[in-house]
Amino acid sequence: MTTEPFLAPVTTPAERREWILRLLTGTQRVDRIRRLRESIILSLLFLSALISVATTIGIIYTLSIETFHFFQRVSLIDFLTDTQWTPLFTEKHFGIWPLLTATLLVSAIAMLVALPLGLLAAIGLSEYASPRLASIVKPILEILAGVPTVVYGYFALLFVTPLLKRFIPQLEVFNALSAGLVMGIMILPLVASLSEDAMRAVPQSLREGAYALGATKLEVVWRVVVPSSLSGIVAAFILAISRAIGETMIVAIAMGQVPRLTLNPLVAMETMTAYIVQVSLGDTPHGSLEYQTIFAVGTTLFLITMVLNLLSYRFLQRFREVYE
Amino acid sequence: MADPIAALTNAQAARAEAATRVQAPTAAGMDVEQLSAFYGRFQALAEITLPIHPGAVTAVIGPSGCGKSTFIRCLNRLHELTPGARVTGSVRLEGVDIYQPGVDPARVRQLVGMVFQKPNPFPTLSIYDNVLAGVRLHRPRLSRAEADEIVERSLRAAALWDEVKDKLKAPGSSLSGGQQQRLCIARALAVEPLVLLMDEPTSALDPIATYRIEELIWELKQRYTIVIVTHNMQQAARIADYVAFLLAGEDRTGRLIEFDTAQRIFTNPKRKETEDYITGKIG
Ligand SMILES: Nc1ncnc2c1ncn2[C@@H]1O[C@H](COP(=O)(O)OP(=O)(O)OP(=O)(O)O)[C@@H](O)[C@H]1O
Ligand SMILES: [Mg+2]
Repeated sequence: MTTEPFLAPVTTPAERREWILRLLTGTQRVDRIRRLRESIILSLLFLSALISVATTIGIIYTLSIETFHFFQRVSLIDFLTDTQWTPLFTEKHFGIWPLLTATLLVSAIAMLVALPLGLLAAIGLSEYASPRLASIVKPILEILAGVPTVVYGYFALLFVTPLLKRFIPQLEVFNALSAGLVMGIMILPLVASLSEDAMRAVPQSLREGAYALGATKLEVVWRVVVPSSLSGIVAAFILAISRAIGETMIVAIAMGQVPRLTLNPLVAMETMTAYIVQVSLGDTPHGSLEYQTIFAVGTTLFLITMVLNLLSYRFLQRFREVYE
Repeated sequence: MADPIAALTNAQAARAEAATRVQAPTAAGMDVEQLSAFYGRFQALAEITLPIHPGAVTAVIGPSGCGKSTFIRCLNRLHELTPGARVTGSVRLEGVDIYQPGVDPARVRQLVGMVFQKPNPFPTLSIYDNVLAGVRLHRPRLSRAEADEIVERSLRAAALWDEVKDKLKAPGSSLSGGQQQRLCIARALAVEPLVLLMDEPTSALDPIATYRIEELIWELKQRYTIVIVTHNMQQAARIADYVAFLLAGEDRTGRLIEFDTAQRIFTNPKRKETEDYITGKIG
């Protein structure tokens, strides 16, 4: 070899050991700077995690205080068993069911739209579309996700409802059906893009393994790609449901504010979120029972979406474990 | 390229000549003592004790799953990056225990470099920047002239310079598999390690690329201590000075069955298991 030795010449074994020890224990200035940088970054990360945790705790605290006051005046049994919700009338009833049913009904309609279409869009994008087509379709999906929900609300009220009325004459001006359909379209991009991510994470070698056994494209998609990414897809669905349950503008605008217990999607109803909007916009005095109802409803909503999000998190974790 | 078979014979002659040369004084040795490695509760390695001689090639062989990768990943403290993984025992580099408190693992990995089974050049970096990736971590302020010099020296040492000197700005992923692996070797050499670990560095390469890497290993051992994991007995016989044979028992825990010079392992192993393995009866 004609090139210089890489290392600075070190003479005796003892000196050499000393040099290695000094290097390894990181006593040089660069080491101190690197360590400082690492600990600064670490504390920044910790701080930002702390902020979100603290916010969550703050929200839970406010919710539970007011909810506690509410349940001091109204029994939990009534809340869970009464079939009427009339806190703003003189004859007051505090049964959550009309609001809960409306919420679940409109979310179910939305999911009936978003799940199949979202899954198909994801399969199409991840497995069938050429890169060129995907590069056109994906931005369009993202535009769909970026439309403000108030626009969706008026789209449902002023376009979808009149359109549906031509075929279903008994449809009311405010109804769960068109709110649900439009909400489904709003959620579709979320389902599609999360499911697509899950499918893309399936290693190419798995697909090739199936092709090498003589499978067709459709068989590879249904028997390998979808099952392998199932937990990711399920997580996407659950997140989408929780989004639907929490959706406010569309239902407040297009579904009405009539708290009634029914499963008929053609009439006006009131969801939990719509009720909260209704009371917040009114002039209910602070600390009154009417005011406290929105916290009771909010807590119910919070519990439902929290359970759904935890579920989705569990599924996502399972899904990560498989391919790492 | 010349006929590879003729080149191989020439190379053998060259090696015989090189073997008589004095070993470079800069190569550093390691001592592994009572090394056990765990993945959670599972013990992957039990009480491995062996020396890693300076300026020599030590091959680690054994059937799949016996803990070869785990073993060499303990030598640069990469093992502990696996969640739940843990190491006991000691590994000394020139007498300095790399597991003792106060030792910075990042510095250990600077002195004990590693090349992986699949070439893994950083896809977003050019060939030039790939070589400098590690150097820049340790020396943030590098002058242009110094950088150029390190790149050329490392690529020459990895026997890649002539092939890439006109396309240093091209992405690292634009090279062939064998070239990518030599780029990874250059990248490891650029940080001036004392020891180079290689985990099956040629198993993803074709015979000619493999041959070039073996040539390179032969040259590198003048200045570096090399530990290489290989599944290929011919390769171990061609390049290794010492051989460690690991075998996992019923409990799947890997143990050192035999450690000796390559010559003795391949011509006159003491243990029956070693003989069975190198003659292809097990594994
Ligand atoms: N991340 C991990 N978590 C749990 N166990 C592991 C992990 N990595 C390896 N093992 C186990 O440790 C043992 C040794 O694995 P190791 O990868 O070191 O084997 P190897 O000798 O390198 O095999 P191969 O020749 O196939 O590369 C095996 O039983 C393996 O299942
Ligand atoms: Mg291995």
